[in-house]
Amino acid sequence: MLIAIGSLAALGAALGTVLGVAARYLAVEEDPLEVELAALLPGAQCGQCGYVGCGQAAAALARGEAPVTLCTPGGKSVAEALSKRLGVKADLSDHEESVPQYAFVQEELCIGCLRCTNECTTDAIVGAPKQIHTVIRDNCHGCAKCFKICPTEAIKMCQVPVTLGDWRWNKPGAAALQ
Amino acid sequence: MTGSYTDKSGPFTHGPSSVSKTMTLVLWALVPATVFDAWLFGWPSIVLFLVTIGSCLLVEAGCLASMGKPVAPALKDGSAALTGWLLAMSLPPWAPWWIGVVGAIFAIWLAKHLFGGLGQNVFNPAMVARVALLVSFPVKMTAWVAPRPLFSNGSPGLLDSLAITFAGAAPPDTMSAASALGYVKTELSRGVPVSESIHHVPDLMDMALGMHPGSFGETSALLILAGGLFLMWRKVISWHTPVAVMGSLFVLGSLFNLINPDRFADGLFHVMSGATFLGAFFIATDYVTSPVSRQGQIVYGIGIGLLTWIIRTFAGYPEGMAFAVLLLNALTPIIDHHVRPRVFGRTRKGEPLEVKGGK
Amino acid sequence: MRLFPIRGGIHPKYRKELTSEQPIVALPMPARLYLPLQQHIGAPAEPVVSVGQKVRKGDLLARGQGAVSAPTHASTSGVVVEITTVTAPHPSGLPQLTIILEPDGKDEWTDLPDPIEDPFSLSGDAIRERVASSGIVGLGGATFPAAVKLNLGSQQKIETLLINGAECEPYLTCDDRLMREYAAEIVDGARIMAHALGAPGIVIAIERNKPQALEAMRAAAAGFDAIEVIDVPVQYPMGSERHLTQAITGRETPAKKLTAELGVVVHNVGTARAVHQSVRFGRPLTRRVVTVSGGAVAQGKNIEVPLGAMVSELIAFCGGLREEPRRIVNGGPMMGQPLPSLEVPVVKGTSGILALTVAEANERPTQPCIRCGGCVTICPCGLVPVEMAAFIRKDNLDAAAGIGVTDCFSCGSCSYICPSHIPLVQYFNYAKGELAARDRERRRLDRVKTLSETRVERLERQAQAKREAAAAAAAARKAASVPSENKASQ
Repeated sequence: MLIAIGSLAALGAALGTVLGVAARYLAVEEDPLEVELAALLPGAQCGQCGYVGCGQAAAALARGEAPVTLCTPGGKSVAEALSKRLGVKADLSDHEESVPQYAFVQEELCIGCLRCTNECTTDAIVGAPKQIHTVIRDNCHGCAKCFKICPTEAIKMCQVPVTLGDWRWNKPGAAALQ
Repeated sequence: MTGSYTDKSGPFTHGPSSVSKTMTLVLWALVPATVFDAWLFGWPSIVLFLVTIGSCLLVEAGCLASMGKPVAPALKDGSAALTGWLLAMSLPPWAPWWIGVVGAIFAIWLAKHLFGGLGQNVFNPAMVARVALLVSFPVKMTAWVAPRPLFSNGSPGLLDSLAITFAGAAPPDTMSAASALGYVKTELSRGVPVSESIHHVPDLMDMALGMHPGSFGETSALLILAGGLFLMWRKVISWHTPVAVMGSLFVLGSLFNLINPDRFADGLFHVMSGATFLGAFFIATDYVTSPVSRQGQIVYGIGIGLLTWIIRTFAGYPEGMAFAVLLLNALTPIIDHHVRPRVFGRTRKGEPLEVKGGK
Repeated sequence: MRLFPIRGGIHPKYRKELTSEQPIVALPMPARLYLPLQQHIGAPAEPVVSVGQKVRKGDLLARGQGAVSAPTHASTSGVVVEITTVTAPHPSGLPQLTIILEPDGKDEWTDLPDPIEDPFSLSGDAIRERVASSGIVGLGGATFPAAVKLNLGSQQKIETLLINGAECEPYLTCDDRLMREYAAEIVDGARIMAHALGAPGIVIAIERNKPQALEAMRAAAAGFDAIEVIDVPVQYPMGSERHLTQAITGRETPAKKLTAELGVVVHNVGTARAVHQSVRFGRPLTRRVVTVSGGAVAQGKNIEVPLGAMVSELIAFCGGLREEPRRIVNGGPMMGQPLPSLEVPVVKGTSGILALTVAEANERPTQPCIRCGGCVTICPCGLVPVEMAAFIRKDNLDAAAGIGVTDCFSCGSCSYICPSHIPLVQYFNYAKGELAARDRERRRLDRVKTLSETRVERLERQAQAKREAAAAAAAARKAASVPSENKASQ
């Protein structure tokens, strides 16, 4: 009896020690989930979700504090990827797909202050001091940070037009295929 | 007008097929066998037949109405009538009226609408009803009568028939008889070898023509076959399921009969007796509960043949077609998942084909 | 030649008799022509003319941009009156940049490139260049730039040029009429294309329901040993590139690959004729033959139309509409696209204009699926439409892609035979569009990620450089300050 209790206690203590030591020395610095989630996010650090950057947003997602639909520029595809990874059922049916936008500099209003070029997270705005700036449309992801910071309201956000190549058929009405 | 031209993608021509047309063709295919059997078993069978179909339509209407769905279009598609028809064909022709009514409730409410209605049911409604009735009312469901052709001596008149069906006037004892499968099975359990008892059942010709006790579906194999061939000709069903069912049953029967004729009935007997033809052409080919691909239908058909033979040979029930169909119904989603056609330009595993010759 | 069976398929009501005996007639020149910049697969063309400019027939209006594109030429002589957005001949009805030309009625040709007397002595590249500058695209309806497809011989050994005269779509008779009336031109174009491809053999495949076309083509090809005119069974979708190739060679084109992998390149008969015109006469693609048919049209016709004519002009030329059509279709009823209205222009890919009545379209309300398996049996691609549609209905697009929705080419056979009238093809079109959109979105996000990572790195580098510069400056100041102090102390 005593031998049994003793041996089990000793075993427990030994394994506990091993685990304790392992936890200390083999500790993972970052939450692996956070890293994975951050990889799913666009990584543009645009801050539209309300967090400082994509890393912080990923942390909030990992803690379960943020909804999977938080990323506006990522849209439905990112929301779906997040909900799949987190195993959360996200109701995406009424998730408003934001129309993709791009920034446009109205040349007559631009004073060449460089604030927008510094703010742009994808280096999509080119310009020099006192020169009119311009947006490289292919690089712009529509985060609107430049739009918010421009002192002369020279930047306007335009909707990316639907082209014949992008257009697709609607899903047949929900009444179909009951 | 703009917008309504483009509210739908192509194609902009459609074939003439429709659900109700398909169902109507199946009903027509059943008519010859039904008329013959109605003649064979007389007025009681006709009354039961009408009661069963009528109850199925009523239950269908009731289920739809209670769910607030439109009733008329669903009744017109003919699916409930077909279920009722098939159920009636699998009942003892002189069974009391409530067998038909209870069967209708089992078939339409339990097996069809509880699963979500047309197209959603996992199990063949008519077979669910037949099996549920068989295990619930085994005596009533195995009270077969010998053929008493209409207007012949011994065939009850219309009034007597109503009494038989509605008032439970028991058919005279002298008239009950066992079906061929049941007889062989009973004799075997008494120690009479199959090779002997098989000579006491109606010969194959009578079985083919239907001159033996049984349900509508068990008799008149030839007329059922004619209906099945009609459906194949009209491309309502393909040969895959019936051939697989009857082929596997025949091969198994013949094989084991060769090994031990005293224990096992021969293949031809298996194919000609019981509800093999009805099962193979009309029950197993039920769209909703059978696999969608031809390849899957072969697997499914072989499974039914195999199980039917096993149940008939080793289990307590003389007839196994209904059980076999229900068991394979349960496997249909799995068959559909695993047995599918090969995609154009891809291997069976779904990888793009290699170009031969290494161009 | 031995033929091979193709899987599935259907036998729809062809109704080709409505127009098959109508010879090709020219459309009177309309008052205005509308030439969209995107009449082909690939990048839209870029205008090279300005408003008010006078052009002659065959003048370049817009040049192709990039590797896959095609130029657009003036369909007649006249004045460019406007370059603006016009409703595209597309189900979206989206506005599209379009050059509007006002004909002067003279219809005079510009100074065309010199005819090539002996194309068979030229290199394939020279022919391709001519075909590319003529703006020729696949005239069967796919509108893929023909020159790009003629270049496949440089990457793969092409054994056979397959000229597609199957015309398996119901109603359409434009290829039938072309083959009957211009067999020699088609044969010549095919020989030129085969030369450009380096293909030793030419097979011209025609469905058996066109005996006169078969006869005419056989007669035209009689002198050439390399050409074989064969009759193929009447079975929709025999005219699909991959399926026709299978019928001829017995081999399946691997998924996501071109028939060129099997040494076969497929071109439409109309394309062959356009190549003939371009090489032999220097004429760019400015007109095409269009079948106008359908029960709602007073008199169906096969019309040679200058590109850019409004569909309404064609209908008027056919005596107008007999009744309000249920659908206006660009192309055949199986794979054609619905048009938003009659006020859209005829473009290079317009093979037919069908005004279909309610009875012809035969559209009925959807009923529950009864799992009849008809769609599985007839799918020429070996897919399981019923299952794909069920996945798509539940928005499980990944699962639908997993069982091959992207291998579907929307031939429409499943929707045609479905007894429950389920719009299967629309489910697949939706899924394919949505999957492509997601793919584009993923690529865009990847790009954004790369860009922002590059920026972070750059900022880091700049900060590092600044720190180093500051440190260097501090060190320099320190070094400089020591002697000055010394100086001060002195």
